Amino acid sequence: MQQEVILAMLAKEPSHGYELRARLRQALGPLGDAMNDGQVYVTLARLEKAGLATSEPSAGLRDRPDRKVYALTPEGQQRVAGWLAEVSWPRPDLAEFHLKLIAAASAGLADPLAIVDAQRRELLRRLRDAQRAALGEPDGSAAGLLLEGIVLRLQADLRWLEACERNWTPRKDHR
Amino acid sequence: MNDVGASVLRTRGLRKQYGKGEGLVRAVDDVDLEVASGETVAVMGPSGCGKSTLLHLLGGLDRPSGGELWLAGQRIDQLGERALARLRRDKIGFIFQAFHLMDELTAAENIELPALLAGRSARWARRRAVELLQRVGLADRARFLPSALSGGQRQRVAVARALVSDPQLVLADEPTGNLDSQATVEVLRLFEDLHASGQTLVIVTHDSRIAATADRLISMRDGAFVDETRLTGGSAGNLGAVAGLTEMCEREV
Repeated sequence: MQQEVILAMLAKEPSHGYELRARLRQALGPLGDAMNDGQVYVTLARLEKAGLATSEPSAGLRDRPDRKVYALTPEGQQRVAGWLAEVSWPRPDLAEFHLKLIAAASAGLADPLAIVDAQRRELLRRLRDAQRAALGEPDGSAAGLLLEGIVLRLQADLRWLEACERNWTPRKDHR
Repeated sequence: MNDVGASVLRTRGLRKQYGKGEGLVRAVDDVDLEVASGETVAVMGPSGCGKSTLLHLLGGLDRPSGGELWLAGQRIDQLGERALARLRRDKIGFIFQAFHLMDELTAAENIELPALLAGRSARWARRRAVELLQRVGLADRARFLPSALSGGQRQRVAVARALVSDPQLVLADEPTGNLDSQATVEVLRLFEDLHASGQTLVIVTHDSRIAATADRLISMRDGAFVDETRLTGGSAGNLGAVAGLTEMCEREV
């Protein structure tokens, strides 16, 4: 798990691992199902080792495996501030797909339109899943907002595929 | 016909062409389509690919140049004008991009109109309109004129109207084409609901969101079907990858 994500969640207040896990679940909704809960604890241990967080045993919770309460150190605070200020954005794999179409067409290895069709099938399946999940979220849900982002991104990718389709469609003269 | 089975709509070699010789345009070119009862099928393609012409043929709004068209086991491409008009009224519901509501009639009256034209009593039509307005979430807008409704609400009235005679087939031509994203979501929910209720639906669109409500998606180019996608399967795990979640979880430093 990316360390800054867990660190930033600790900025609200010192927390148990299970509290962080529950907050992550709430923010991610159905997407959180794919997440491995153990990753939170592994990440917390790494953060402590790196001096970005400290832990104290908490009283009265002896039966819980994660009875430690974690808090940010000043170094951890600094790292969080730096992360919030950072401008990062995941890059979609447009260039690779673009070059694949060009290579397929120039070598005559495959029909670029067939590649576009296959890609579209996959994106449409994902769009259907994302949209179903988004419509299932109540208004104002944090997870719904993330799903909306996925829907919009998939729509943009599908629109680009339409442009690819137009470009690679041979001009057909009607007999 | 026995071989039709559970299919509501079926075409064999359906064609529509315009012009002659050098100027011949094959708007719909040898289309075979079979839509099962309760199925939602979306047809997508670039503008000018022939998808709207296809929808007009399927709904009996336009005549094919050749091929066969069957609705609920009845061959309809050779029906006379009057029989065809009756069939459109009783068995098919239409939803258009521009809603096509009557401006001077209220929401409820717009819904009642096709039922009255089909010979239903005023009382029957009124009851049916109330029921349908409730279904599309507009019970409190029954007396509003279309001009007092938002785009999404107008399209929901149009959907209710399409359902008034309990049609065997609903045909939708770019149902979200005139809507902003919030209104699109309203219509998406309604189409998901129609789908869940077992309504047979054919949608032609270039909006991938409404297309994604379908069971099956057909791509059309130059008047012909070129690809088909069954929109089942997949998992939320894939969505995690799209959102960058998978990568975020694997990143360590």
